Amino acid sequence: MVLIRDFLIQCTEMLLVLGLAPLFTGFVRKVKARLLRRQGAPLIQPYLDLARLMRKDVVLADNASWLFRVIPYLVFAATWVAASLVPTFRTDLMFSWSADLIAIIALLGSARFFLALAGLDVGTSFGGIGSSREVMIASLAEPAMIMIVFTLALIAGSTQLSNVAEFMASPQVGLRVSLGLGLFGLVMVAIAENGRIPIDNPATHLELTMVHEAMVLEYSGRHLALIELSAALKLILYVSLLACLFAPWGLEAAGAGLPALALGVVAYVAKLAVGGSLLALFETSIAKMRVFRVPEFLGVALMLGLLATLLRFVSGSF
Amino acid sequence: MTLTMTLMVALCGAAILLALAALAVTLAHAAAASRIVYGACIIVAAVSLVAAAADLLGAAPPQTLTLPLGVPWLGAHFRLDALSAFFLLVVDLGALAASVFALGYGEHETAPQRVLPFYPAFLAGMTLVVLADDAFTFLTSWEFMSLTSWALVVSHHRVPDNVRAGYVYLIMASFGTLALLLAFGLLAGPAGLYTFAAMRAAPPTTTLGALAMILALIGAGSKAGIVPLHVWLPLAHPAAPSHVSALMSGVMTKVAVYGFVRIVFELSGDPAWWWSIVVLALAGVTTVMGVLYALMQHDLKRLLAYHTVENIGIIFIGLGLALAFKAHGMPFAAALAFTAALFHVFNHSLFKSLLFFGAGAILTATGERDMEHLGGLIHRMPQTAFVFLVGCVAISALPPLNGFASEWLTFQAILLSPQLPSWGLKILVPAVGALLALSAALAAACFVKAYGVTFLGRPRTPAAERARETDRYSLGAMMLLAGLCLLAGILPGLFIDALAPVNLAMIGARMPAQLGTQWLSIVPIAASRSSYDGLLVFVFIIMSGSLAAMAIHRLASARLRRAPAWDCGYPDPSPATQYTAMSFAQPIRRVFGTTLFRARETVDMPPPGDTRAARLVVDLHDLIWDYIYAPLAAGISAIAERLNRLQFLTIRQFLSLVFGALVILLLVLAIWS
Repeated sequence: MVLIRDFLIQCTEMLLVLGLAPLFTGFVRKVKARLLRRQGAPLIQPYLDLARLMRKDVVLADNASWLFRVIPYLVFAATWVAASLVPTFRTDLMFSWSADLIAIIALLGSARFFLALAGLDVGTSFGGIGSSREVMIASLAEPAMIMIVFTLALIAGSTQLSNVAEFMASPQVGLRVSLGLGLFGLVMVAIAENGRIPIDNPATHLELTMVHEAMVLEYSGRHLALIELSAALKLILYVSLLACLFAPWGLEAAGAGLPALALGVVAYVAKLAVGGSLLALFETSIAKMRVFRVPEFLGVALMLGLLATLLRFVSGSF
Repeated sequence: MTLTMTLMVALCGAAILLALAALAVTLAHAAAASRIVYGACIIVAAVSLVAAAADLLGAAPPQTLTLPLGVPWLGAHFRLDALSAFFLLVVDLGALAASVFALGYGEHETAPQRVLPFYPAFLAGMTLVVLADDAFTFLTSWEFMSLTSWALVVSHHRVPDNVRAGYVYLIMASFGTLALLLAFGLLAGPAGLYTFAAMRAAPPTTTLGALAMILALIGAGSKAGIVPLHVWLPLAHPAAPSHVSALMSGVMTKVAVYGFVRIVFELSGDPAWWWSIVVLALAGVTTVMGVLYALMQHDLKRLLAYHTVENIGIIFIGLGLALAFKAHGMPFAAALAFTAALFHVFNHSLFKSLLFFGAGAILTATGERDMEHLGGLIHRMPQTAFVFLVGCVAISALPPLNGFASEWLTFQAILLSPQLPSWGLKILVPAVGALLALSAALAAACFVKAYGVTFLGRPRTPAAERARETDRYSLGAMMLLAGLCLLAGILPGLFIDALAPVNLAMIGARMPAQLGTQWLSIVPIAASRSSYDGLLVFVFIIMSGSLAAMAIHRLASARLRRAPAWDCGYPDPSPATQYTAMSFAQPIRRVFGTTLFRARETVDMPPPGDTRAARLVVDLHDLIWDYIYAPLAAGISAIAERLNRLQFLTIRQFLSLVFGALVILLLVLAIWS
């Protein structure tokens, strides 16, 4: 009985992130538009876009290989699995032990690996430029992320995300220097990983500065829909991650009953709203930087992560 | 069944291989020679593999055997314990796969008489190294392994690069053996106890043990490819025929790791706390430098060879952590780090062999090793493309394949190290962790480049356009390894448990048994701390991917049509407009290469009206070569030039030279005592 309930909760969680992901993207766009004093597209526009793309034919480049057709599914699957292992409204997920935080980061790495390959498949220069920049950004963002994971793992004594979140919600955590550094680092990594301003602009096309959009330029129809959905999932994943680590209030502990569960869901939606508004505010108040400034930006994130880890190694009280 | 059965099997295998080598000399010109030699190698390797696996899984007690060979009063001692059995398994598995691959690949060999005799001899050499139980047998087998592999490196000796590769390899191999010789000399002590059993019984003093450790690190490290002793490796490994490249990169470097483990973990006594600092610092540098060098390459086989340097770094990070934990009396953490290192040894031997086979298949199909001349091979070699992709994902440490499982274990070991009391380690280990994470991300970048430029895109040359799928033996060998990569990735617990006897022998503790855990996940310390389940992750990915595909094809659209590439409306038909290996690496070159390789780009843009093509010249420097090896070589040749004059002295000068030498020696003797 407990098993079935846990399984149902895990499934709900999977469907929740999947269902909310486009809404969250739409919400960020809407807030951004309002901040620019535009009306903006309706909140549900991403769903409409996805539905339209799904119904359209796939137009495949003449020399695209089988790999090009498989990759959208692989990217989507890896991102979805990673996203459903991050606690959203409840800490103790049924399958959270199957992949810890390092594995979740690596799953996102798999998704990126395949997407970068897709950029090279048709053999166009836009795809190449996107892929080569994406891997450059990743080569700095991933180690920064791993260092932040180290910090969190050393504070909580576990790399298991559910356990870390539980620890963060408990009063033992306190105010720590390393946590502060980790938070800053994680926000910077999240911005870079999701290709947001100032690293990349998700709203542009036909610009030599674009990264993610250049990589997926040859995709169309349902393939493009899946990739857009994966991007939305990745964004909501990072916001959920930030929320469950640094704002773990309202997360339902295991077996706390239905009211707590409802509270967890409400708290989660509230956290998403706050996170999305902050992201939109940040993006409207800053300009995109040149591609070769990105290493400096991410170098700072890496240094913050390394410093935080070092502090934890040197003393348990930081 | 006698107690020394497995050892006998392995030794008989080595003897058969040696006989086969002799036979191959006479047979080499016969039409069926390659099939006979490789076929026999397959049988020997398979039998020995089964024996070694049974020995390791059955946790058999050590077996010893003394043969009246070699030095008369010493004899040749052989011993098969858990460590030897594990490395024997790695050697045999690599040999088996390489021999199967060579059944097809060897047919295209232009000079079989230069390959066939040395190939079985090389296999025998590696087998004997892991079985040797005295210094004399060990060093003889080690040198035999080096020389036979050298012969294979220069088998295509008309290529100028290969000759240079062979020359550098020979020098570095001699240097490495010299270091090992001195290490064994120190360990043997004044009594001259050259058997390992005697060394084990009488551990050296702390100073001697430390010196032996340093010498072992230099000797075995130069064979394994530790920076800055790696210079020969990216020259020699690609020069050999591809199945031998696979063996050298995938297996021979592991035999070097074996030498290091045997000397440092067993024969040098208890480790001092600072040993691990030396090992970890070198390993961290090796990891990142290896992958950055690899990123700068456009020769596929050289890229793979540099990647071996990176993976050796990862293995030595595990070994260094194990040393640190062992020195500070933390046996369970040491067992975790040691298991991570050995598991990576096994994994790397799988995917590196697989990737070199892939490079060999491409070489056969196109005659090209340079990625800039390839492209679009996924259309012409679909099966090779698939298995090569598996190898790329595995080596990039991406879940759910095996490379990730062993790197994950290494990360878990790093997370245990704040408990280490020494301050040097407290500062060094996080930095090493950052370097490991950096190298993992860069490895993924490197293999996106390798795979993308070679297999994807459009063919860049007619040779790439005419490529044909490789033969079924080569494919079989690659599929075998790809399957094992997946197996080790989704069921890592199986392999971790098999490593328990090795841990018990070397560390004195083992990781908790993994096979009893729920859903076959791996739990290195405790479930509340960390766990990973490759099988479940694999199932989840497959399920959600196919679920999405089914839902979309049913509910939305499954239609598809082909059209010219979009490319923002300006597709250019020339394949030269694609990204190349050099241009793909440009952002990373700009970030990391400007200091580490002194990378400079000069653009030569013709003025308007001039019709000549613009040129972009990228200038890269290998600083390790420029600042260590080049001055060293210049110094040695300057000294040799000076000493050369001694050959042209008059008789009087010779006599006074002899007299002077005698007086100095007598003086030294007088002062010494």
